[in-house]
Amino acid sequence: MNFGFTEEQELLSAQARRLVQGSGSLAEVRRVSRTALGYEPALWRQLAQLGFVGLLVPERHGGAGLGWVDVAVLLEATGRGLLPSPLLSNLLASAALAELGTAQQQAEWLPRIARGELIATVALLERDQSIGPDGVNVRVTGSDDERVLDGEKAFVHDAGSAALFVVAARDERGVGLYLVERDQPGVEAPSHALIDATKRMGTLRLSGVRIARAAVLAEPPRGEAALARLLDAGAVAVAAEAVGAAQAVHELTVEYAKTRRQFGVAIGKFQGVKHPLAEMHVEIETAKSLMYYAAWALDAAPAELPRAASMAKAYVSDAFARIGIDAIQLHGAIGYTEEYAAQLYLKRSKWVRPQFGDADHHYERLARLGGL
Amino acid sequence: MDFDLGPEELAFRDEVRAFLDENLPVQDLRAWQRKVREKRWVGFAWPREVGGGGGTIMQQVILKEEMAQRKAPPLGTCFMGLAWVGPALIEHGSEAQKQRFIPDILDSKYQWCTGYSEPETGSDLASLQCRAVRDGDHYVVDGQKIWTSLAPIAEWMILLVRTAPAAELGKHSGITCLLVHMKSPGIEVRPITNMSGGQLFAEVFFTQVRVPVDQRLGEEGQGWEVTVGALANERSSIAEVTALVRRLEELQELAKRSRKHGLPAAHDPRVRRTLARMATQIEGMRLNGLRFLTKQLKGEPLSSETSINKLHRAELEVAMGDFALELEGLASGYVGSGPEAIEQGKWQRTALSWPETVIGGGTPNIQKNIIAERILGLPKD
Repeated sequence: MNFGFTEEQELLSAQARRLVQGSGSLAEVRRVSRTALGYEPALWRQLAQLGFVGLLVPERHGGAGLGWVDVAVLLEATGRGLLPSPLLSNLLASAALAELGTAQQQAEWLPRIARGELIATVALLERDQSIGPDGVNVRVTGSDDERVLDGEKAFVHDAGSAALFVVAARDERGVGLYLVERDQPGVEAPSHALIDATKRMGTLRLSGVRIARAAVLAEPPRGEAALARLLDAGAVAVAAEAVGAAQAVHELTVEYAKTRRQFGVAIGKFQGVKHPLAEMHVEIETAKSLMYYAAWALDAAPAELPRAASMAKAYVSDAFARIGIDAIQLHGAIGYTEEYAAQLYLKRSKWVRPQFGDADHHYERLARLGGL
Repeated sequence: MDFDLGPEELAFRDEVRAFLDENLPVQDLRAWQRKVREKRWVGFAWPREVGGGGGTIMQQVILKEEMAQRKAPPLGTCFMGLAWVGPALIEHGSEAQKQRFIPDILDSKYQWCTGYSEPETGSDLASLQCRAVRDGDHYVVDGQKIWTSLAPIAEWMILLVRTAPAAELGKHSGITCLLVHMKSPGIEVRPITNMSGGQLFAEVFFTQVRVPVDQRLGEEGQGWEVTVGALANERSSIAEVTALVRRLEELQELAKRSRKHGLPAAHDPRVRRTLARMATQIEGMRLNGLRFLTKQLKGEPLSSETSINKLHRAELEVAMGDFALELEGLASGYVGSGPEAIEQGKWQRTALSWPETVIGGGTPNIQKNIIAERILGLPKD
């Protein structure tokens, strides 16, 4: 029995946190989030050199060959600093390739992903926001030798910067996963403005896009289980970033409560301030436990994954949403300013909530899994 | 990360399971208590020299968990003795005190009660006023205690008294711990009826009660360390989680049987979300417990982490009983063994008995103070 981290995982966390404090500081986050690209290429290269980008890429393809618990540790640390980067997208796409890809697909894509030369993402959801196979309506027609994709994938992370998309689409056999490149004819993928300027998300439009046999990642209906696992992995990854962000804004607020004086004392002496901060601590620690366990399930207990991932994402979504709002309120007017950091975290909490399913979606799924 | 048990732990779990297979359901409670006593599972965490089991942390967790899974009866009925008095005796008691009291606690011979709270002293325990004055080889106690659980049936009390004024050294000094026989002349117990009709707690009055000095636990003025030391003796409580899981299963069954808007209540989105949220919170408690347990296994002391799960538990204790009554709808008004009462009013009892755990173990607001001050480092009130 050991629900803790290895020395290597502690080192990974420390390394990522140093990076966030240095070249990924909040001043830098603000600057980068205003650029069109939305991430800093020099920092992205550094992330790749440190092995973070290829964390899930097998060693034979130039990656670190690590697992989801390591990803959780990494994303919790980068989430603390709201580090703007396509890291989460790349990790999900590389996991799909590593778990489902043929030897040839892996050899073609994974080394470039690990080196940070190519940004990859997953395009799973559509406009009706149904989180699961029912929401997949991009059509696949044509023959097995040359399939044709038509339709629109919505809410695609890093759509504007990705060169490779893992796309969920449907034919009469069910859901499959396909590899689509940005420079293929009929592909259009802009990113759009978001409430959270540190993130990028957009739409992938597919008009008569031709898919060779070599670009089929998961044949239908095998794609359905693969889609479910990717959605769970995405939920856990977003939750990991969110836990780090929630903890960072909580620490910021605790520090403020220790130094801000009113009525002659530090405001942290008042129970009206102290108790919400204690409640946040309870929620963050519990969110961590649920999130780490879900990450472990991704690595080691696939049968437990749906329940664990839903619990983690549902709990984290609600907790972070509340923490984001309470952090602003506990600061008072300063928390409402653009200049102060608390607002950046509030915006992240809004972005996090619906990603890969909100609390309503996951609690309903849990009710079904629990026999209701 | 690794959630498996090692070979020795598995062997111990199998031993516990085999024992439970053989002895459950329990027909004769006394015989059950003798048997678990022979296994040395009563006071399992205590050292073997005092008659305990010397169980490792993992063995303690396994034993509690397996027992909770199977809804086994408690290992002993001397609840306060096993929870508070025994650990304090082991830590601070003289040889003679250990020999006099520990075997009786392990054998559940009689009940202990804890004389801590006073009319003016609840959450602010250190402000207590009940006074003891040294007179030769006795202390003479005058004052009052209140909310003393089990006082009407207890034979002994672990009592906190003030032997020096709080003024000079701070209010935590000058407190002394005495072990007092409840039949001592000058003690009067007046039971208090609680809102569910029980009379398990009481006011206790002391008038010139003489307590021999050899019934002092620890040194004079050291009473705070003796009792707060016992409070710190808490373990991450996996077994409590198992009990909550069992209760949630029952609540879910109730949801399936109940009706709402002319449909099974289990179809209602809010009912579904509430039950799933409770399951998530309970799982969060289990995993928190395992994280804290990992810290303990690595030899790191637990500080105030247990307050986190206490707050979750308090919330769930209140919410689960209350939600059950919501599910029962109009039928929730019926109590007792009448024809309309559901499950003999089981959930009505739950909905009215949560203060025992929620307030008794330190109120949620106090737990929040502990987290804010000891973990987050916010200024003290």
